[in-house]
Parts: sequence; C-alpha cells; structure tokens
Amino acid sequence: MTQFITAVLTSLSSGAIYALMSIALVLVWRSTRVINFAQAGQAVLTTYIGYDLVQKTGSYWIALAGAVISGAIIGAVIDRFFMRPIFKRVKTGPIVMIAPVVATLGLLGIIQGLIGFKWGLTSQSIEAPVSTDGFKVMGTVIAFSRFNLLVLVFVSFAMLLLTLLFQRTNIGLALRASAYSPEIARLSGIKVDTVRTLGWAIAGASGGLAGMLYIPGYFLYPNAMDLLLVFGFVAAVIGGLESLFGAVAGAMILGFSINFATTYISGKLFFPTAFIVLVLVLLVKPAGLFGSKKSRGA
Amino acid sequence: MLKGTQSKKRLVLFIAFGWALLILSNQVGDLKLYQGSFVATYALAITSIILLTGYSGQLSLGHSALMAVGAYAGALSIFNAGLNPIVSLIIAVLAAGTFGLILGVIAARLSGPYLAGTTLALAVSLPTLANQFSILGAEEGIVFDVGPAPARFGEDFSQYKWFFWISSLAALIMVWFIANLLSSRYGRTFKALRDNSIAAELSGINVGRVKVMAFALSSGVAGLSGALLVMLISGVSPSAFPLSLSFALLTGAVVTGLYNLKGVILGGLVLVAIPEIADSLVSRIGGSEGFTTTLPGFLVSALLILAVVFTPNGPGHLIKRKHHKQKVL
Amino acid sequence: MSLVVENLTIDHGAIRAISNVSFTVPQGELAAIIGANGAGKTTLLRTLSGLKESKSGSATWNGKSILGKRAEDLARSGIMHVSDGKSVIAELTVKENLALAGLWRKDKKDVAKATGEVVELFPILGQRMSQAAGSLSGGERQMLAIGRALIARPKLLLLDEPSLGLAPLIIEQIFQTIKSLVEKMDLTVLLVEQNAMGALKIADEGIVLNLGSVVAVDSAQTLLNDPAVRAAYLGF
Repeated sequence: MTQFITAVLTSLSSGAIYALMSIALVLVWRSTRVINFAQAGQAVLTTYIGYDLVQKTGSYWIALAGAVISGAIIGAVIDRFFMRPIFKRVKTGPIVMIAPVVATLGLLGIIQGLIGFKWGLTSQSIEAPVSTDGFKVMGTVIAFSRFNLLVLVFVSFAMLLLTLLFQRTNIGLALRASAYSPEIARLSGIKVDTVRTLGWAIAGASGGLAGMLYIPGYFLYPNAMDLLLVFGFVAAVIGGLESLFGAVAGAMILGFSINFATTYISGKLFFPTAFIVLVLVLLVKPAGLFGSKKSRGA
Repeated sequence: MLKGTQSKKRLVLFIAFGWALLILSNQVGDLKLYQGSFVATYALAITSIILLTGYSGQLSLGHSALMAVGAYAGALSIFNAGLNPIVSLIIAVLAAGTFGLILGVIAARLSGPYLAGTTLALAVSLPTLANQFSILGAEEGIVFDVGPAPARFGEDFSQYKWFFWISSLAALIMVWFIANLLSSRYGRTFKALRDNSIAAELSGINVGRVKVMAFALSSGVAGLSGALLVMLISGVSPSAFPLSLSFALLTGAVVTGLYNLKGVILGGLVLVAIPEIADSLVSRIGGSEGFTTTLPGFLVSALLILAVVFTPNGPGHLIKRKHHKQKVL
Repeated sequence: MSLVVENLTIDHGAIRAISNVSFTVPQGELAAIIGANGAGKTTLLRTLSGLKESKSGSATWNGKSILGKRAEDLARSGIMHVSDGKSVIAELTVKENLALAGLWRKDKKDVAKATGEVVELFPILGQRMSQAAGSLSGGERQMLAIGRALIARPKLLLLDEPSLGLAPLIIEQIFQTIKSLVEKMDLTVLLVEQNAMGALKIADEGIVLNLGSVVAVDSAQTLLNDPAVRAAYLGF
C-alpha cells in the first residue's frame, strides 16, 4: 500500500515538473510553430543564474525569483533578436519547414557552450529550501519529501496563474487569438509580434521555474536539463500540442507511466517507457490525445 | 543529359574517386587514414539524413539509434556468430533497415513535431536497452573486431589502412547506390512528397508506402555507418550513440546542404575537422579545461546557425532557386 | 479623406495579380469592385490592408500612403479589412471575437458603447455571446466579422466577398446593412464582390477588374445599365 501511495505521489511530482517544460514548449509551438529545443539551454542557464544568486545571497527564494524573471527576459530576447530575424531571412525553399527547429538546436548548443565557458563543467548543486527527506507515513519512510510537496504546490499555483491569465485577461485573449489566427489578430489591430514575444517570455519563465524545482534533486551542469526537455517534449506531444490542458495532461500521463513502470516492473524501464507510451498514444491518435487535425504538422 | 549517360558518368566518377582514394591511402600516414575513415563514416551517416529529411521531408532526430541498431547487429554477428566482417556489415544494413521499416510504418502516420518527438524519444531510450540484456553487453558493450588486413596485402598494411579501405569502399558503394536512387523516379517521388504531400497523393503516389520506404532505406544506410563507426572504435556500447550524435549529424547535413548529396564528404570533413580546429584554437588562445571540452560543441552549433541563416538550402541553393521560382506556377 | 490608388501593381509569387490599377473612392462612398474569380480582387484588398506587399505604384488614404505598413498598424488607424466568413476565430466565443477589435483601444467606454451598438444592429449575436464562433451559421459569422470591425470605429472598410456561401435572403440583409452603415456612419467602403448585381445595386461607383487590370470605372448606375457589363457579369 505504501508503495502505491509513494508511486502516486512521486508520479505527481515528476509529472508536475514535466508539465512546466511541456507548457513552455506548447506555448512556443502555439505562437511560433517551432519546437524550441533551446528551452533546455534557457532553463539551465536561468538555473545557473539562480545558483549564482544563492551563492551571493544564501537565499533559495531570491534565486527562484531571479531564475523566473531572467527566464522571461531571456525568452523574450531570443524571440525578438534571434527567431524573428531568422523567420524573416528564411522564407523560401524546403528548408522553411525545419530551419527554425534546426536554429533552436544550434542555439541550444551555443547556450550550453557559453555556460561551459563561464561556469565550467564541474557539477554544482543547489540546496533545496526545505527537507528532501521522505515523509514518514505509518512508520515507513516514503520517497516523497517536503520538497516534492513544495514542487507540487508551486506548479499548481503556476498553472492556476496561467489559466487565469489566458482565460480572463485581455492579454490572454490576445495571446490566444494570435496563436489561433495571427492574420485575424493583426487585422483586429493586435500587435502579433509583440504578443508572440510575450509568449516566449512566459515560456521562458516557466522553464526558469522548472529548473529551480528540478535541480535541487540532482546536479547542475550544462546538459542537466536535456533529459527534462526530452520528457517535456514527449509529454507535450502526447497531450497534443494544442492546449495548456493537454500539456499538463500529457505530462501527468508520462509521469505516472514512468513511475509506475519503474516501481512495479523494472527500474531499467525509465527511458523505454517514455517511448512506448508515446508510440501507443500516437498510434491511436496521431495528433496527440487532445490535439486536432489542424494542429498537425507545421 | 540522358538518364543513361548520367548514371554511367556517375559510375565512372565513383570508380575514379575510389581509385584516387586507394592511391592516396598509400601516401599518407596512419593518423590521416584513421581520420579519413571517420570522414567516410560520417559522410555515410549524413547521406542517410539527406535521404530521409532532405528528400522525403521527414525530420528525424533518432539517427543515432538507427546507427546503434546496425552497430549492435554487426557486432553480435562477429562476436557471437563468428561471421565474416563483410557479412557483418551486410547484416548491419539489413537489421537497421528492417528496424527502420517497422519504425517507418509508425512514422508514416506522423508529421512534423510528432515525428521529431518520437524519434527523439527513440534516440534517448534505445541505447539504454543495451543495459537490459546481457547479450548486448550492458555498459561495457561488445567488441567489434574486423581483424587485420588479409595476409596477401603484405606486412606493412596497417590496421588503419584496412579501416580506411573498408569504410571508404562501403561508403562509396552505398552512396553511389543512393545517388542513383535519388536521381531516378524514386528520388523525384520523394521530393514530390516533401514539397506537397497532398498534391503527391492526388497524382497517385502512395504517400504512406513511399514514406516507409524512405525510412527503411535511410535506416539501412545509417545502420551501415553505425557498424563502421564501432569498427573504428573497436567496440560498441551505449555511450557510443548519445543524442548529441544525432544533433551533430543533422548539423553536418544542414551545413553542407540538406537537399543534395554533393556535400556529404564535406559534411564528414566538417564533423571530423571541428574537434581538431577546436584543439588548435585552444592551444593558441589557451583556456580552461571547461573551455577545451566545450569548444567543439560550441563551434558545431555556431556553424549550424550560420548555415541556416546564410545558406539555408545548401550552397547549391542559388542554382536551385531558379528552378523553384518556375515550379511555383 | 479618400482612398486613392494609382498604378498599383502586385505580384503573387511568379504571377502578376494586379497590374497598373488606378481608382479613387471619395470619402463616405461605397465602391464595388467586381470581376470574375482570379481577377485579383482579394489580392488587392490584402495589399491595401497590409497583409501583402505590392510591387509598385501607390495607394493613399487621407493623403498618407498605406503601402508597406504593418496590418495591425493600419487597423489601428481606422482601416478595417473584413474577409469572408473565415474572418472569425472559430475557437473563441462570440464575445471574445468581438472583444478583439477593442483590445488595443484605450477608450474602453467607447468600446463598450460600440459593442452595444453592434449587438443592436445584429441581435442574433447578443443571443450567442458565449457560444464558440465556430458553431455559428455562415450568415451569423459574417455579421460577427462585420460587427467586430465596427467596434474599432473604422473610417475605411474593406469588405471581401461578404456574400460568399450565404443564402439569398441573408445576402440581401447584409447588403442592406452595409448600405445603411455607409449612410449613418460616414464610412468609406471598398466592397469586393462576385455577386456583381447585389454589389452594384448598393454602390455609388463600380470598378470592374479582369485578370488584374481595370476594365471599367464608372458610377454604379451606369455600369448596371452597361450592356457589356450586364452580359459579362450580371447574367443578362
């Protein structure tokens, strides 16, 4: 029984972190039609910034705020000064479909390279602000700690904020309209380019949060978030790339599948489970669970 | 130019090139031969990417996994089954091609980011499978030993020269085969698919089947390059095929032109040269250990971005642009 | 304030869609552009609203050039382009669609007032406020598209085939609405239509486009009576 509870709780908390990544990816996909591989680099960069802040101020919370804010700024800068010029330049030929994706791959390498130059390759670590020891439930220690609980709380809070933003505010409406139909949005007077940059900023902030919630359990090095990117991407695809809800649902499904598979079947199934679940979902629904035909392809 | 003369010309070109390499191999030292072998191997891997992404328009990030399939199949056939190295290479192609066929059936239903995501997940998870099954050698991997050169080549025939001969010959044959394929009706079919799959379907092309075929072929080629790669490093293990390999190969393909085969050797050269350039840069500028290790990856990425921005459709783009404008009508 | 187009040439890929087109629409008037499919009418409109680039020539509104500007900037300066019924975002509700045009406007009170006026004009929209725009009928969507444009208090309205795919009765209703809007709000309207008869009936002047060139420019009444026009476009 405790094994089951543990599995559920750890699924929730890993699913929550995957969700932050998949939200970031879906946000950029919806607004720019690009899979932003550089997100892994952005998220780890903001975590390094957080690391520096921890060194300077000794406070995890200040570092967290710093990571989220710098994530937003970096995201906006990348869209404004990197993606926009690329879209302008690459307008013809078959490369149009994959050029932006390839560009984000290149950007990922550059960001990781710059991190390596500045901070070196030795692994660092960031200490969690609360205990990472498992709770004691009915005499046994389960693999779910105060920190895991904190992650759940933060991510739920972030989801709530984002949902309110998108559904209840004018900016949210502009974001949605620009994603559904940039042309109609433009004709209505909405500055679609600015709105898109805002979308990248939100995605960057989400990645910044993801990094600071993820790293305390692991080590910090330039490639530390690569795996999270892969899982976030798989989660986003499972969910259908269409909505935030799909992104979160996909992340939870992935989190639960992986955790239950590794708990009950074999610890070695960590990666293969992701692939299997993805293929199973796509075989039944090629556009993802909540995706529609419209969102398929570029 | 008539089809017949064009393919004859190509054959002559390839044979001449092969001869040139043969002669060259007697002139240069072991280090250059070893590097040359890697160039050939990477060029072959890039060919598989051009076939799949450049020609049939399916973006896959999982080529490292396909190479791994070929590599393990080849290694097992030598190590466990004691087969001849040449046979093992053929097995590598067949194994990877079959795997690609199955994968292609799944892939044909997917497009764009869905395909990219699936191949990404594959690239990450497949190598770890080796840890599950002891027959696959787990972390340490399996030895891949093609043995020394045949005795009749003489005592001075070094192992590296043998590597060079095997990899260059294999690459030449495979690239020639693919080049012929791509300039035939099949190649045009692939391109039709990439440019407009709806129009292709309407003109009677069985889109699904063509996609699967492209995938299977590309996988076979990738499998061969994977087997050659582990031949060069004398053993296959999960760590030989990281995700970064897929990215590096994609970079090589984009940089030298994703849309035709002419640049593959250049692509291979670029991938081999960059660590060298990075090394010499470091020895001139000096730098920390972090700098040294990070620089090659950084250069590859910078190159990728420059390529996408300045020669997005490959260096041959300027000529092709005229064709594109006419095609719009 | 007039719309003055002079020697405008527009390419669509390798095809010359519009060549050397010139016409003037005086303020407060309704000009109908008629012509067969492929005559370049939509391309012309899309260029005037900033969605497309022109090759050469000029187009000015109120003396200022409107070429080479961004669509959202033109929209904010009072030029509204309404495509056919596809001009609504199906996934958003009617209320949200209407709100789009007022998002950037600072005078929120006026936006509310304008929204109220639109609902008065098209009561059916008021009934469907929280429904997804995709669930509306063709005619309702057209009303929504026009209504949204009106909330921005436009001065120049570019209408692209509003009658497309609609039943005759609805078409009649829409055309009458457009006519009365022009009269009441001192709007200047450029109406592109395949339904030449209906368009010319409500227009002040007509411009006949064929294969990208202007074939005739005259008062709508004259064109309606012109035998060549009647034969070619009015089915007489």
